[in-house]
Amino acid sequence: MSDRLQTNLRQNADMHWNDDGELEVLTFDLHGETFALEAIMVQEILDLLPETIVPGAMPFVGSVINFRGKVIPLADIRLAFGMEAGEATIDSRIVVIEIELQGELTLVGLRTDKVNEVTTLSRDMSEPPPSVGMKWRADYINCLVKRDGQFIILPNLQAIFSSRKEA
Amino acid sequence: MSMPDPVAVFRIEAAELLEQIETGLLDLTHRLNDKDQIDAVFRGLHTLKGSGAMFGFDALAAFTHHCETAFDRVRKGEKPATSELVAAVLAAQDHMRALIENPTDDHGDIGERLLAQLRHAVEGGDAPAAVVASAAPVEVAEEKSGTNTFRIRFSLPLNSMVNGTNPLGLLDELRDLGECKVVADTSAIPSLDVLVPTELYVSWDVTLTTDQPRSAIDDVFIFVLDDMKLDVETFAAETAAPAAPVVAEVVAPVAVAAPVAPPAPAPKAPEPVAAAAPAQRSAPAPETAQQAKAAENVRVPAERLDELMDRVGELVIAQSRLRQLASTSMDIQLRSVSEEIERLSGELRDTMMVLRMVPVGSLFGRFRRLVHDLARETGKIIELETEGETTEVDKTVIERLADPLVHLVRNSIDHGLETPEERRAAGKEEAGKVILSARQAGGEVIITIKDDGRGINRERVRAKAESSGLMQPGQQISDQDLLQMIFQPGFSTAAQVTNLSGRGVGMDVVKKTVEALRGAIDIVSKPGQGSEVALRIPLTLAIIDGLLVRVGEGRYVIPLSAVEECLELSLEEDLRSRGRSFISLRDSLVPFLRLRDLFRTGTKPDTHQKVVVISTGTERVGMVVDQIIGDHQTVIKSMSKLHHDVATFSGATILGDGSVALILDVAHLVAAGQQQEAHLRAAG
Repeated sequence: MSDRLQTNLRQNADMHWNDDGELEVLTFDLHGETFALEAIMVQEILDLLPETIVPGAMPFVGSVINFRGKVIPLADIRLAFGMEAGEATIDSRIVVIEIELQGELTLVGLRTDKVNEVTTLSRDMSEPPPSVGMKWRADYINCLVKRDGQFIILPNLQAIFSSRKEA
Repeated sequence: MSMPDPVAVFRIEAAELLEQIETGLLDLTHRLNDKDQIDAVFRGLHTLKGSGAMFGFDALAAFTHHCETAFDRVRKGEKPATSELVAAVLAAQDHMRALIENPTDDHGDIGERLLAQLRHAVEGGDAPAAVVASAAPVEVAEEKSGTNTFRIRFSLPLNSMVNGTNPLGLLDELRDLGECKVVADTSAIPSLDVLVPTELYVSWDVTLTTDQPRSAIDDVFIFVLDDMKLDVETFAAETAAPAAPVVAEVVAPVAVAAPVAPPAPAPKAPEPVAAAAPAQRSAPAPETAQQAKAAENVRVPAERLDELMDRVGELVIAQSRLRQLASTSMDIQLRSVSEEIERLSGELRDTMMVLRMVPVGSLFGRFRRLVHDLARETGKIIELETEGETTEVDKTVIERLADPLVHLVRNSIDHGLETPEERRAAGKEEAGKVILSARQAGGEVIITIKDDGRGINRERVRAKAESSGLMQPGQQISDQDLLQMIFQPGFSTAAQVTNLSGRGVGMDVVKKTVEALRGAIDIVSKPGQGSEVALRIPLTLAIIDGLLVRVGEGRYVIPLSAVEECLELSLEEDLRSRGRSFISLRDSLVPFLRLRDLFRTGTKPDTHQKVVVISTGTERVGMVVDQIIGDHQTVIKSMSKLHHDVATFSGATILGDGSVALILDVAHLVAAGQQQEAHLRAAG
């Protein structure tokens, strides 16, 4: 338990809360839940693009897209959280983020059901993911932030992307 | 965009200067009295000292100063250029490199020792134990007796103050030479309303009486010579009347006829003072050609080139979308614009590809020093020849080839070449030859390392291969395969391990690197006559010819160089091969993989499936695809870290319609096919 808490603290430290304990984020919906990513890592928001399936890849990064002449992976974190993939809708967007993976800045597209807004979250309202009673893997979540009576999930993309193929 | 770190810029420049100095020094070892090279080395050292001091590399500046001083004396003819001096400065140059890389480290007394060596070389034995500063050129040119009077007229380019040239400093230096009468010509100064305060409108007319030779005057202007107008006349000794313009006594060789025309001092200005001179002499500038060449080059960080490459890639894709639109449109004008853009973007892409190409010469240049050092270490006499330096190869290829070539050259020298005694006994010239050459053949560049040494000892290779279990005793093996054994890890036939080679590491690195570049190695070796190793490398890493195929709904690219043939998978063969995936191809059985199964497309096979037979050298595997679309110029994009666990694909590319196609990794698929074959054989 204390181990896990420490891990969470460390991961929280990776996030760029400013001196006032605020964090600018982009919020988006996945399968009825609201997620948020640090706005600083977001590069671009795109309409859906033609995808190319990569046979043999991990399911949640099962395809690649052409992002301005670069071939970048398209991740579906719904699958990492065990949600259903769901059909694309008119609101579906791809959020392109830049993230450091194994010491290399990498562009990754994230499939989202709907992109909401850029907003500011307060650290005071955040809490680590509960160890029990949650349907998702706790290490995939940095923290939960309460706002307007609902929780916004800040996923731990590092943990998600560094997970290997699991049976 | 941030300003580049000036220290980093200095380091890059310093590296170039050192390279330039080294080249000069190495040339000097062959032609000790080459004045051009002596000057070039001196200039290099001087610039290094100056910019070193400017950027706070004080130790470097102080150290370089002594080398510069030594060369200055050679340049002035006070001391002869000796091979001892060249060797001392070469050694000193390595120390300079260390000083640039780690200016703060304590380099101990290396510098002192090198300087002592240098003094010894300059003084020819009776090195004074005095402080080094005494080596400064104080006693100058006694042989030049009497005094001369020179009339020196010079004007500097308008922008020279901006560039940091201080004309007063130049005048002070002239004054140091002897008695001076300086007259400033202010006629070119424009009226106040058009005067630009940072520009230099003044030119000077100096009458100098000195006991120094004419070359001392040129030395004052040595760093501004290229852009300025300098006119020096000799007066008859002790006479005041102006003599005829000097023609004969120009010390620096005037190799370049075309003078660098200085800009006119100012618009609407009266005739510049230069025109008043009796005969305009261009600045004696041996380096004009060199400088002009340097000015044509622009240094660009590689990543910016890569960015540009990406943009061009996007443009090409956007253009092909435009073409598709235009082809369905009836609008003639749209069509013609589309064609125009197609042509332009095609040209742009070709130009872009050329930008990444650099001449192999830059790579070969490094080997002169290596060979020079190796010759000293081994006591062998070695001549290095290079051919085809202008052959151009992708920059990345050049960088990656540097290490393998070092290994190969070392190997040639250490194992291949004999000692002078052995060579004499064998009736060869004492000097062993190593020839580095590059040429282009089709889509490949062939880089060969050839020596005229003793050749590869096949018995020793065989014995070594058998003893280390790489082959069965007495096993029949082709000559080429036997020679290729030397590239196996841990393989070395050197009886003893030397500093240079014989550790058995290196040659396998060569093979790995070349294979990573999708290249191949050929070896030819004749006993007693020498060996030749040829590296065949594709011209560029960025583009390959590919065969575009369709499997299910996905499109994939197979590198065309690996494709042996394409054939139809007949219905009988398809049915018969269920369970046993072999086709018979001219009396041999070739295993095949059904890519549809491998990729789990979940689609129905086409009625006429095709087999693409691919090979890596000796092993062949067929791949069943649904359709062969055609060949495709493939710009290779690497896959992200998230897909590094997918070994089936070596990269991806973007097709004309903007969609992504994956590139099959041939080596992996062949291995997979062979594995499957082994499984099936084992199963019966």
